[in-house]
Order: sequence, then C-alpha cells, then structure tokens
Amino acid sequence: MQTETRARPAPANTVDAAEVAKFEAMAAEWWDTQGKFKPLHMLNPCRLDYITAQIAAEFDRDLSSPRPFEGLRLLDIGCGGGLLSEPMARLGAEVVGADAAERNIPVARLHAEQSGLKIDYRHTTAEALAEAGEVFDGLLNMEVVEHVADPLAYLRACHDLLRPGGLMVCSTINRNPKSFAMAIVGAEYVMRWLPRGTHEWRKFITPDELFALLREAGLDPVDRKGFVFNPLSWSWSLSARDLSVNYVTASIRR
Amino acid sequence: MQADLVIIGGGLNGPALALAAAGAGMTSVVVDPLAAETRAAPGFDGRAYALALASRRMLGVLGLWEGLAPHAQPILEIKASDGRPGEGAAPFFLHFHHGELEEGAMGHMLEDRILRPALLQAMAEAPRITHLPGRAAVDHGAGPAGITGTLDEATRIAGARAGGCDGRDSPAARREGIARIGWGYAQTALVCAVGHERPHGGVAHQFFMPGGPLAILPLPGNRSSIVWTEAEDRAAGIAALDDAGVVEVLRPRFGDFLGEIRLEGARFSYPLRLSLAERFVGARLALAGDAAHGIHPIAGQGLNLGLRDVAALAEVLAEAQRRGEDIGASDVLARYQRWRRFDTAALALATDGVNRLFSNDNAALRLARDLGMGMVSALPALRRGFMRQAAGLNGDLPRLLQGQPL
Repeated sequence: MQTETRARPAPANTVDAAEVAKFEAMAAEWWDTQGKFKPLHMLNPCRLDYITAQIAAEFDRDLSSPRPFEGLRLLDIGCGGGLLSEPMARLGAEVVGADAAERNIPVARLHAEQSGLKIDYRHTTAEALAEAGEVFDGLLNMEVVEHVADPLAYLRACHDLLRPGGLMVCSTINRNPKSFAMAIVGAEYVMRWLPRGTHEWRKFITPDELFALLREAGLDPVDRKGFVFNPLSWSWSLSARDLSVNYVTASIRR
Repeated sequence: MQADLVIIGGGLNGPALALAAAGAGMTSVVVDPLAAETRAAPGFDGRAYALALASRRMLGVLGLWEGLAPHAQPILEIKASDGRPGEGAAPFFLHFHHGELEEGAMGHMLEDRILRPALLQAMAEAPRITHLPGRAAVDHGAGPAGITGTLDEATRIAGARAGGCDGRDSPAARREGIARIGWGYAQTALVCAVGHERPHGGVAHQFFMPGGPLAILPLPGNRSSIVWTEAEDRAAGIAALDDAGVVEVLRPRFGDFLGEIRLEGARFSYPLRLSLAERFVGARLALAGDAAHGIHPIAGQGLNLGLRDVAALAEVLAEAQRRGEDIGASDVLARYQRWRRFDTAALALATDGVNRLFSNDNAALRLARDLGMGMVSALPALRRGFMRQAAGLNGDLPRLLQGQPL
C-alpha cells in the first residue's frame, strides 16, 4: 500500500525527540490491529499464506523448519509500516522494504527495531532501485500496481529487479461492477475502511490484462488466486475460482 | 534462557502444549511449581480421566497413545439413569453403545498415574522442551519483542508468548487483570476407586441422584473409578468416615449389579464450582485448560476441554509461525480466543444446566427427566448427537483432535 509522499527533511539518524514520539505514535497506528489499518491486518494472514507458499514452492523451502527463507533476498515494494517485511525477516529472509512515502520509513524502522528484527528500509521507488542495479530473489508487489501511473513501465522495473528465475507476487483489484461496489463504495464509503479517493476504479486491472502486462514486461505468470472476504466469519480466504475483486498472481522472470 | 513459548504450569495441559508446539518446530520452557518427585509415578490411587475419542487421537499424534493404550480401559457403553438411593434406576434410561459410532470405543479411562509420567517422559525426550520442575513464575511482562517471565531466584525467561496453564486460580491471569466469573455449587465431588466382584464389561454408568450425579467409570480389571457428587455438608460427613463406613453409604446408591464392592486406593474430594475467565488472552498471554475454565465435572469433560484448548492454541501458533507472524501478537491470540471461547462457555453452561436439572428431587422434574431420557433413547439421530458430543467429535475440530499433525 502506498500513501501520499510528503517532503520531510529529517533523515532517521538525526531525528529529534518530538519526531521520535510522533513516529512511535505512527508505528503504533500501523500495527494497531483494530485501528486505521484494520482492513490490512485482516487481509494479512491470507496474503502471507499465499506469499509464503509461493516462495516455499519456488525455492524449495520447508515452512515448518526454522528460518526457512534464510539466504533469500526479498524486496517489499510499498512496505508501509512493515506488515509484510517483518514476517519475511522473521522467516529468515534478507529484506529490503521500500516505500515512496518518506514518513513510513522511520516508522517501519522503529517497529522492526522494537521487534528485534533487522530490515533495510529505504525511501525509494522500484524504478530507482532498478536504476541502481539492485537484484532480488523475490519481489512482494502487493496492492501497488493499481496506484501507479504507467503499469507497464512499473512492471518492467520490477522485472529488472529480479534475477532470472526470480519470483514476483503481485496483488491488485479487478475491474468490474462488483469490484466498484465492493472496493470503492463498500470499503471507502460504507465501511470507511479506506480513506475516500484511495482507489480510482478505472485504474483497476483485470487478471487477463495483468497477465498480458506481466508477459510484456518479461515475466511468466504461473499462478493466480482470489482473496475473498467472507462476511459471516469476517475474514479473508484464498479462492481458486473467485477473482472478482481482490486477486493475487505469481510470476517468474524469464 | 530463551524459547518461543514460556508455559506456566506443568500439570497435564502445559506439557501437552509443549509437546504439540515441539511437533510444529517451536521451542518451549515449561515452568512447573511442583517438584519432579511430586509428579513422579505414585502407586494406584484411583484418580482417572475419561478421555474422549478426539483427545485420544491427539495423544496419538503427540506420540503417547501407543504406550498408554495397554493401560487404558475402552468405554464400550454408557448408561445414564435417574435414581434415588435404595430404589434403583428409573424405568427410562439412556443407553449408548459404541456400535452406533463408526469411530470405535466412545472413550477410554486412563489413570492419572499412567498419564502424568508419560507426559513427563515425553517432555524429557523432546529436545525442544526445557522442563523446570519445582520453579514458580512470580511475574511476567510483555514487550513489543516478546515476553519475559521471572522465576523465583530471579531467573528470567524470554519468549515470544506465554501460555497460562496454571489452573483455576491462574496467577498468570490474575497478574494480567483478567477477571473470572463463576459460582460455587455447594457440592463436593468425592473421587475414589472401587474394586468389584463382577466384570464391568466396559460399561460406564451415570446415576442422577438428588444430591448430585454418581459416575461409575470402568478401569482395567475389576475396578471402577467413581465420581460421587453430594451436597457439601453431606460430602464432608462421608469424607470423615472410614473406608467401611463409606462403602455402607455408597452401596445403596451403587446397587449390586457388580456384586460386592470395596474401596481401593486413596480418596479425594473436590469442591465444585464453575470458573470462567472473562478473557482467554492478554498481552502475549493465552490461557488454556482450567486457567481459562473450570467446569462442573459432570460429563468428565475437564481434561478433554483442556486438550481442545491446547490443540487449538498449538494450531493457531503453528500457522502464525509458518506465515512469519509474531506468534504473541494480539491478532494471532485473538484467533485462539474466537475459536475456543464459544465452545467452552456453551459446554460450561450446558453441564451447569444438566446438573441443576438432575440434582433435584422435585417430582415434576423427575417425571420430566424420565420422559426426556426415554425420548432421547427412542430417537436415533438425537442419540448419535449426544454420543458424538461425549466423544468430542462435534464442533470445529483442531487438526490434532482429528488425529492429524500440525
């Protein structure tokens, strides 16, 4: 998830006490499961199930062994407060968390430190990292592509960030009347889960369009699943058939 | 000292949780206030558990059942009836036979002196478990990176989360400010074993007496464990009698269907009360077993319910661990609470209701009971429902209780 970028001159190592207090409050906000980011926390177990299963399958890792992702270098794009970066680090991966919103970076750093985890958080973009020649085994590209101006250019940068045979997990929102009703009217207006204007429906991408874009960017799509919200159990689950609103894909760099 | 889990309490649920967690790759420290010698195998003392089928499957996955099975007595039939001392059973009674369940025996009776040492032995053999007998957790504190337990002699243990399996008065829950609801029953359960002339044939009996239920549960050989509930003052009078005196009082209630009876082993008495923790979770703390709920022992479900907690908690933690989640995070622990609390409250209130209905000598209630029991006996679907509940096969079963590894 990306939020708006706001210029903030202070780098993390020279922040004053008032700034630290503010970051602590923001970290608490990011990690409050009942707070502002509740919808993300609710979706997180389901996202993690998919991500961990795909990484384990692609790199032949056993999830019941300790630190199964040891030796893997992963990039979490749009890392926010570190809701995905921290689990990956806990599983043993070397994690770079990148966010275009500068204010998220010290917040994520602070929380990782409190949790006893080592994560390299950076205020940067996928394009800038690709430009700098950074290379990863895996890319977490979750709920970002529907926010970028030029999806193809963005996915090309993602391609360049992967080593050949590297894995990208990419989730986004489908474009159809149901997704308009659920993701915009439902999540932003009725439930107020997300601030109004978080999503623009016309930027949503259908699974077929995403697969076409991935191929054009030099990635081979290998899997797709739906994230389905069950209002009875009030939780999310993975679905092989229902990709009508939120969905996730896995692809491999050629 | 450091581990994934700090488990406070070394009775039955604590070790079971440590073993289940070890099976899923997690390390634990079990802090047990009782000394090792106290937990060591005593002679026959008559204390026994009615293990539901689901609990037995779980012990199987934990690698314990194979060693326990030769010492366990299968329960092949359950007969429940309404009675008054000296009058024998009422004409209508409930009769459940294992032939109606495709899963085999409805449950097993297992003596405490067999189960406890088996759990201790399994913990000693598990490299992921550190057992600290004779040590009490005097404090614990949660932080963003984990929990620290402080023992007597100022030893500190760090873990990702703590499991409170420290009994009905759970100090861990008290430190966390978790209130309890509950009430006493002004009843006492007298527990002992009897030897009898004739074989029991694997039949368990539950007689509903005006003072409270009397359960006769088959043990290996010509022995049965009895759980005899009486009003507090009466129970105190009985407890003060010598063995011969107790048999005199017991005989008219017990009846003569097993021939002559005599007491064997020790006698125990437990005052009955319902005690439910208001919450099952706190900051990096989850309560399991009696620490979460102490219920009326009428249906012998206390240990089974505790093992259900353990199985659900271990499954929630194993899943979280595999996802890379912080296993002590509030949303992870909330999943455990959601899973267990409804089930527990429902069973606690159901057993409470059954006890209130049956511990009564009102003529109208007696008639209603007799008719109700006769009706359940006549309706196969309802009967199977009762049996599956008793065997622990209802509800959203954790994997361990289905006999599957985590």
